[in-house]
Amino acid sequence: MRITQGTFSFLPDLTDEQIKRQVKYCLDNGWAVSLEYTDDPHPRNTYWEMYGQPMFDLRDPAGLMMDLEECRKTYPKHYIRVTAFDSTHQWETPRLSFIVNRPPEEPGFRLKRQEQEGRKVRYTIDSYASDQPEGQRY
Amino acid sequence: MSVADKPDETRADEKTLDADAKVDLDAVFEESRIQEVFDQLDHDLVGLKPVKTRIREIAALLLVDHVRRQFDLASDSPTLHMCFTGNPGTGKTTVAERMADILHKLDYIREGHLVSVTRDDLVGRYIGHTAPKTKEVIKRAMGGVLFIDEAYYLYRPENERDYGQESIEILLQVMENNRDDLVVILAGYKDRMDRFFESNPGFRSRIAHHIDFPDYRADELESIGELMMNEENYHFSDDARQAFSEYIERRMRQPHFANARSIRNALDRMRLRQAKRLFEARGSITKSDLITIQADDVRASRVFDEPLDDEAGA
Repeated sequence: MRITQGTFSFLPDLTDEQIKRQVKYCLDNGWAVSLEYTDDPHPRNTYWEMYGQPMFDLRDPAGLMMDLEECRKTYPKHYIRVTAFDSTHQWETPRLSFIVNRPPEEPGFRLKRQEQEGRKVRYTIDSYASDQPEGQRY
Repeated sequence: MSVADKPDETRADEKTLDADAKVDLDAVFEESRIQEVFDQLDHDLVGLKPVKTRIREIAALLLVDHVRRQFDLASDSPTLHMCFTGNPGTGKTTVAERMADILHKLDYIREGHLVSVTRDDLVGRYIGHTAPKTKEVIKRAMGGVLFIDEAYYLYRPENERDYGQESIEILLQVMENNRDDLVVILAGYKDRMDRFFESNPGFRSRIAHHIDFPDYRADELESIGELMMNEENYHFSDDARQAFSEYIERRMRQPHFANARSIRNALDRMRLRQAKRLFEARGSITKSDLITIQADDVRASRVFDEPLDDEAGA
């Protein structure tokens, strides 16, 4: 099951050239870009690990692409996303984020039903991938 | 600039010309804003003949490359890493600042900003600190010019555990692999840079342009002084101009002469004396008093106290 999230989630995966253009857009808006990665695909997993520091003072996407290259080498089968942070007063939040790397196989989610009193049923989902400990998934 | 009209896209859109098609170089030259850049350079920078020649050569090369691409003649984009050597105050830093602008106008670099660093910004203080620090700087400089002032400090042969070497290795790698993304300019005094290159031969060969900045002649220094004064809205009275050129003659023979930098310092001191003179005179002053440097302001300099060498001998 192909995980989608963030901006461009309805589009096919972006090519490197397209990533560069999007990052350029972020930089032109004065947002600081950064890289984050994770191997836990749960939709509620909001806080991913940061790869390096947020890149303030960047002028050209080549800097991020260099780091992305390294990050892909280190975590070839992790999800990697680019986040653009707007530090403007009262925004102070990520303005845009999109996935730039994903595992080759995404096994998807198991639906879990929990029986409760009075024929009540609770539903939750659980990724097949997260059966393995961190770092050994995918 | 919107994302759509980036230069490299327009380049990709150009269709290949036939083998016997003709391209009007004049038109291409007009279209680029190179002449503008040359004029500005001639106007703002006095002397520096070898530097200007080299900039013209680079401009010509980039222009011809551009036309060659229209004929679909593949060639790697040229390396433009540079090394500026010369005595103190010969304009290395000033030219480097200009270079970013020039290369941007010539469409060689994408952003045209200059990141100016020294050893402190590149080399870390403990093991594992250097690499991220150097990379951080490189990332910031991408799309523009990375200017490393006093580059010879990067390598300290007397301390074999110095982290400078690590920084040098990262720089070399980036200079090779990211040639399209950034231009590295090193600057430093001639003899020390030569020693630096001797111990890092890889560096010398990766830099295509070694430009030597000559010392200024007396008349060039005079025009530089004149330019600096005009920028600050001052001007010399006729006597003062005469005194100033004498001052330069004398100063040039004294030790620790740092070309344009000495001139700038001298001018600052002249402004100081002028202010003191005006202040002590009190009374009402006019605009022309405020902008004129008098001969006395120049001649009060300590430089005039010391006898000239040939006079001393006589």
